[in-house]
Amino acid sequence: MTTVELKNPGEDFEKLFTDKAKELMSRLEDNDLAGVVGLIQELQKVRDENLYQEIGRLTRGLHESIKKFKLDSGVNGAASDIDEANDGLAYVVDMTAKAANKTMDKVEDSLPLSQSISEGSDEINQQWQRFLNKELNPHEFRDLCKKITAFLKSTGTNTKKLNQNLNDILLAQDFQDLTGQVIQKVTKMVTDVEARLVNLVSMAGHVDQLTGMQHDEIKVEHEENNIDKGVGPQVNADELEDVASNQDDVDDLLSSLGF
Amino acid sequence: MTRLKLGIKVKPGHWEVALDKNMKILVVDDFSTMRRIIKNLLRDLGFTNTSEADDGNTALPMLQSGNFDFLVTDWNMPGMTGIELLKHVREDERLKDLPVLMVTAEAKRDQIVAAAQAGVNGYVIKPFTAAVLKEKIEKIFERAG
Repeated sequence: MTTVELKNPGEDFEKLFTDKAKELMSRLEDNDLAGVVGLIQELQKVRDENLYQEIGRLTRGLHESIKKFKLDSGVNGAASDIDEANDGLAYVVDMTAKAANKTMDKVEDSLPLSQSISEGSDEINQQWQRFLNKELNPHEFRDLCKKITAFLKSTGTNTKKLNQNLNDILLAQDFQDLTGQVIQKVTKMVTDVEARLVNLVSMAGHVDQLTGMQHDEIKVEHEENNIDKGVGPQVNADELEDVASNQDDVDDLLSSLGF
Repeated sequence: MTRLKLGIKVKPGHWEVALDKNMKILVVDDFSTMRRIIKNLLRDLGFTNTSEADDGNTALPMLQSGNFDFLVTDWNMPGMTGIELLKHVREDERLKDLPVLMVTAEAKRDQIVAAAQAGVNGYVIKPFTAAVLKEKIEKIFERAG
């Protein structure tokens, strides 16, 4: 009995079995029981010999994949992909917090300036209207002039400061570029890790197929739906039925329940 | 024990509650930027007597000893979540009538319903506007009268 070298193990096994099965049937019909037993032995031999080849190949492949996975962060002191991803995300949180606070600082600085311009202008306007209606006496007019002079001066200063603040706010948004880049990197890392995991699973599946091993169905335990645990912001709220997309949705829901 | 100041009697049997601008408010959120935003919004509405906590765990003792009139809290916090805080508040004899407003990104229907059933007085989802915050606060104190 010759050893059949299979070039493409997975498919070739199947083809071989199909062909041999047909031969088996025909030998059975001819009542050639010795022939049938011989065939079965032949098939077993092919399977055994090529099984070792295939498992060897797959084991090497698995080993390589695991090495590439870099799960062990102790390897040469280099950080694993997951470590890098975590660092990246921590950076994003930090940058966005800094930008938010910087922006809020500038806004808080600007509001009183704007307020001062607004109040000053209202006050002067009152007197100005009276002036236009020829209701002001000379003394009040002089008073108005003083106020206008002071107002023009302070407004000049305030608007310069306001413009400066507005520019600073604009610049503070520069975080988006950097955080955007980091997030894209992390997305890629996550996708890579997922691809490698899928590859590992598929390889393990091949081994199972060849050895005829069967595993018990692993019951995926869904994390208990504990409603007390928050799930964070909904990214695709509009597409989900059981998620409120906006405040109106929330209000409608609550009032429909009598709250 | 809420310190809702009853105001003007509008007509027989109907009380309008005047929001006491001096009422003591506790703002709870694990993100300092959000606490800052809410404090600023409250200040714009005239409420300057505000304190902060970064988690349900730190907030609860503050509430128990601090004579607060109003609690504004996030849901998702690492130690004790907002809904757990709410439940503790409702279970506490001295705090059970404390008005509570949730300001949170949690928007699943089940959660909104759970919060309402746990006794929350208002529910605002993020992102929100100053107008919404104002409206909900006014609604809470108007209704409780």
